[in-house]
Amino acid sequence: MEHYHMNLTLKIWRQKNSNAKGNFETYKVSNISSEMSFLELFDVLNEQLIAEGKEPIAFDHDCREGICGACSMYINGEAHGPWSKNTTCQLHMRAFKDGDTIVVEPWRSQAFPVLKDLVVDRSAFDRIIQAGGYISVNTGNAVDANAIPIDKKDADDAFMAAACIGCGACVATCPNGSAMLFVGAKISQLALLPQGEPERETRALNMIAQMDKEGFGNCTNVYACEAECPKGISVANIARMNREYLSAGLNADTK
Amino acid sequence: MALDSKIPHGEMKDKWEDYKGHVKLVNPANKRKLEVIVIGTGLAGASAAASLGEMGYKVKAFCFQDSPRRAHSIAAQGGINAAKNYQNDGDSVFRLFYDTVKGGDYRAREGNVHRLAEVSAAIIDQCVAQGVPFAREYGGLLSNRSFGGTQVQRTFYAAGQTGQQLLLGAYSALERQVALGTVKMYSRHEMLDVVVIDGKARGVIVRDLVSGKLERHFGHAVLLCSGGYGNVFYLSTNAMGSNVTAAWKAHKRGAYFGNPCFTQIHPTCIPVSGDHQSKLTLMSESLRNDGRIWVPKQKGDTRKASDIPENERDYYLERRYPAFGNLVPRDVASRAAKERCDEGYGVGTTKMAVYLDFKDAIMRYGKTEAGKTGHESADDKTIFELGKKVVEEKYGNLFEMYEKITGENPYEMPMRIYPAVHYTMGGLWVDYELQTTVPGLYALGEANFSDHGANRLGASALMQGLADGYFVIPYTLGNYLADEIRTTAISTDHPAFVETEKAVNDRINKLMSIKGKQSVESFHKRLGKIMWDKCGMARNAKGLQSAINEIRNLRNEFWSDVRVPGDINEFNPELDKAGRVADFLELGELMCMDALNRNESCGGHFREESQTEDGEAKRDDANFSYVAAWESKGEGWEMHKEPLTFEIVKPTQRSYK
Ligand SMILES: Cc1cc2nc3c(=O)[nH]c(=O)nc-3n(C[C@H](O)[C@H](O)[C@H](O)COP(=O)(O)OP(=O)(O)OC[C@H]3O[C@@H](n4cnc5c(N)ncnc54)[C@H](O)[C@@H]3O)c2cc1C
Ligand code: SF4
Ligand code: FES
Repeated sequence: MEHYHMNLTLKIWRQKNSNAKGNFETYKVSNISSEMSFLELFDVLNEQLIAEGKEPIAFDHDCREGICGACSMYINGEAHGPWSKNTTCQLHMRAFKDGDTIVVEPWRSQAFPVLKDLVVDRSAFDRIIQAGGYISVNTGNAVDANAIPIDKKDADDAFMAAACIGCGACVATCPNGSAMLFVGAKISQLALLPQGEPERETRALNMIAQMDKEGFGNCTNVYACEAECPKGISVANIARMNREYLSAGLNADTK
Repeated sequence: MALDSKIPHGEMKDKWEDYKGHVKLVNPANKRKLEVIVIGTGLAGASAAASLGEMGYKVKAFCFQDSPRRAHSIAAQGGINAAKNYQNDGDSVFRLFYDTVKGGDYRAREGNVHRLAEVSAAIIDQCVAQGVPFAREYGGLLSNRSFGGTQVQRTFYAAGQTGQQLLLGAYSALERQVALGTVKMYSRHEMLDVVVIDGKARGVIVRDLVSGKLERHFGHAVLLCSGGYGNVFYLSTNAMGSNVTAAWKAHKRGAYFGNPCFTQIHPTCIPVSGDHQSKLTLMSESLRNDGRIWVPKQKGDTRKASDIPENERDYYLERRYPAFGNLVPRDVASRAAKERCDEGYGVGTTKMAVYLDFKDAIMRYGKTEAGKTGHESADDKTIFELGKKVVEEKYGNLFEMYEKITGENPYEMPMRIYPAVHYTMGGLWVDYELQTTVPGLYALGEANFSDHGANRLGASALMQGLADGYFVIPYTLGNYLADEIRTTAISTDHPAFVETEKAVNDRINKLMSIKGKQSVESFHKRLGKIMWDKCGMARNAKGLQSAINEIRNLRNEFWSDVRVPGDINEFNPELDKAGRVADFLELGELMCMDALNRNESCGGHFREESQTEDGEAKRDDANFSYVAAWESKGEGWEMHKEPLTFEIVKPTQRSYK
């Protein structure tokens, strides 16, 4: 892989706090290595701003290896930028070339208010999990782990759904600001496992009710979420969630 | 103060059972009146907070990320150990205990380690019941893999995302308690001090990282589950926010720090690519199940890996350690890689890397797959493709991660890897009950020092974090709180709260008022370089002495020339970082002092003065078979010794040959 260096123009959303009105600011950076990660570009820019006596840009990040779900930048009109199945922190500068202009914004969604610059409040996701994204088993109540064999395909599918990192790219990228992919992934994971069976119906009903309450939009089958999801969470999970919801609703009616 | 480890009397295998049988209990009505503060909601903290909430305690939990689901534990890749013996390969509680004591190079407490091995099996049961989707075989039962330093297959895993799945399990249990009202969760909050009243931990001062405001919280007990301090080296595999602040504040308030110099350098990480490097990425140890490590036999060989014929490759781990081969423990593998690179056999542009090669494994799996479908005579290309699928299923996400970072395809050419700082075995000194030297103040998970001695075996940190949180603290905390049922909640207007908050406030103001020229980041980088060069993979007295001076000077420079932009009462990540780096600048000095004091090599601590003829670490049991527990004394420290005794696993020179 050839290494190279580049000069770039960055247009970045600045917003003092959740009440302030934000705006784009333009910055120039030079001699950026193609080996850097996208967040290392921000490190360089922030050091530059601090040296100039200006305020650095706030952004969420922690693991920088694509698993914690903290990083969340909308880059040139795409959640997490140009690479598919990728997080912002794992995007590397070889995706860009000398002279490029890069536009960076926060997630934009009614349910994710901006806290500062590129940082948003995603606590709505935690509240959806509180509504039912668990199996009610107190510590010490478990049977032997091999007591209930699980079909490998179901286990694998549950794992693929559980791979969601809760980043919110699906919401940010959806024209309706829907959280169906995130919620569908958790409902699917637990619906596929025998351990999730007892609470299957209440879980679907409660999580979806909470999702609506948080102000997430509806799903109109655009499927932008699947295309931008860094973990490749499939929209099949939305279909499964809808089936779970329907049958739970029907059973609730007849009970 | 004399250190009492409170290891129960009796036979090793009965200690924990006996303890549980006799420990004091708190009745349900009283539990509702007792408040517990949990700092950190990674594996240790989330499991503790959830379990204590389920039991009926009133819990407040804090983390600095925007959600407990993002704790550093989420990044753990390879797996979690448990003595289930599902593979019928001779595993047992005793063997897990034995391997861990030996792997830790005889610097851990036997009693603690035995308990860890005992509760390991229940962790797997609990996680499966929560819906953690571990890897399974076609028959529907759980799958296992091997990890370094053992000869059985006892590691449970979920592809290369085991930590993620375990943490999401603990997180969901925690959120369930939040919904039930037993736990109150404070995200984007950072603990900045412990409040001690009449010698007991009674609360904390935290800062709301969004508003910048300080808050006071009372608790009958405080649990620190704040993770490890590997980021003192600046570059490490830890998440960017991982820090020592919570543990350090506790240390300054009287909690002893155990074996601070015991650091784990992980052998298989993606090498540094340039000055811009902000962190290093681990390539899980599980890869050593199938990857073979080698360098060219010829010094300075510049040929492409694929152009170097088999007989000109040096599989140095297989050569030096035939019994364990590529699966020697981490400390041994790291030093062997450093030795080859220092001698001039390294590969890649910087020559500070060795190869981790999957070709043989891909072909081996390919042949098996071909055999299953009756295609024994398939050509090499077909076999390669079949084998690639198997490897992809096992390690797919790691291979993808490698390619994103380096731009190279590891199925086609071997990975380039080099050791990096990964884990800290040292931490707050705790007794058998996980209590620090401050009554009512506990430390769980990576934040304590207790179970891994001088070297942690792979897949044992997840096990320890969850053991502490799910199965140990629910018992041992009750033993303390049973005597606290008459203590009513102390008002946060108590002078101790006021004074502690003032101290925190003063320090923040001081940081902001320096208005110097150099960024926080630049100080952190300089500290990291001192630590890596002089307190890293190889240490000697001269280097450590000079490191101590350099760190003191750097600390003075920091406090007179750091520039922290922004304001106090707002979201200000630079200010958060400044406080953490200031603490690292103190911790670094203590680590060097500890390393200087320990004039022996053991596990990950390699003193050049103490090695065998063939360059292996040489322990000095006669003089150093103890835990070094450091007490903070104003500007300096006093060391206390907890002698280690071995009833069962008799210390011998560790051999993996
Ligand atoms: C890349 C990587 C891979 C790994 N893979 C494995 C593996 O395969 N198997 C294995 O066994 N181990 C593995 N480990 C080690 C293991 O992941 C960690 O040791 C373990 O997860 C630590 O868990 P913890 O709960 O103690 O701390 P953490 O998960 O680090 O959690 C710390 C918590 O404390 C909070 N916190 C810290 N300071 C404060 C403060 N001042 N105020 C408020 N909150 C605070 C944080 O917000 C966080 O919630 C790996 C480590 C790394 C880096
Ligand atoms: S479904 Fe995908 S995009 Fe949405 S939160 Fe999960 S990982 Fe992120
Ligand atoms: S920083 Fe963790 S996923 Fe990007």
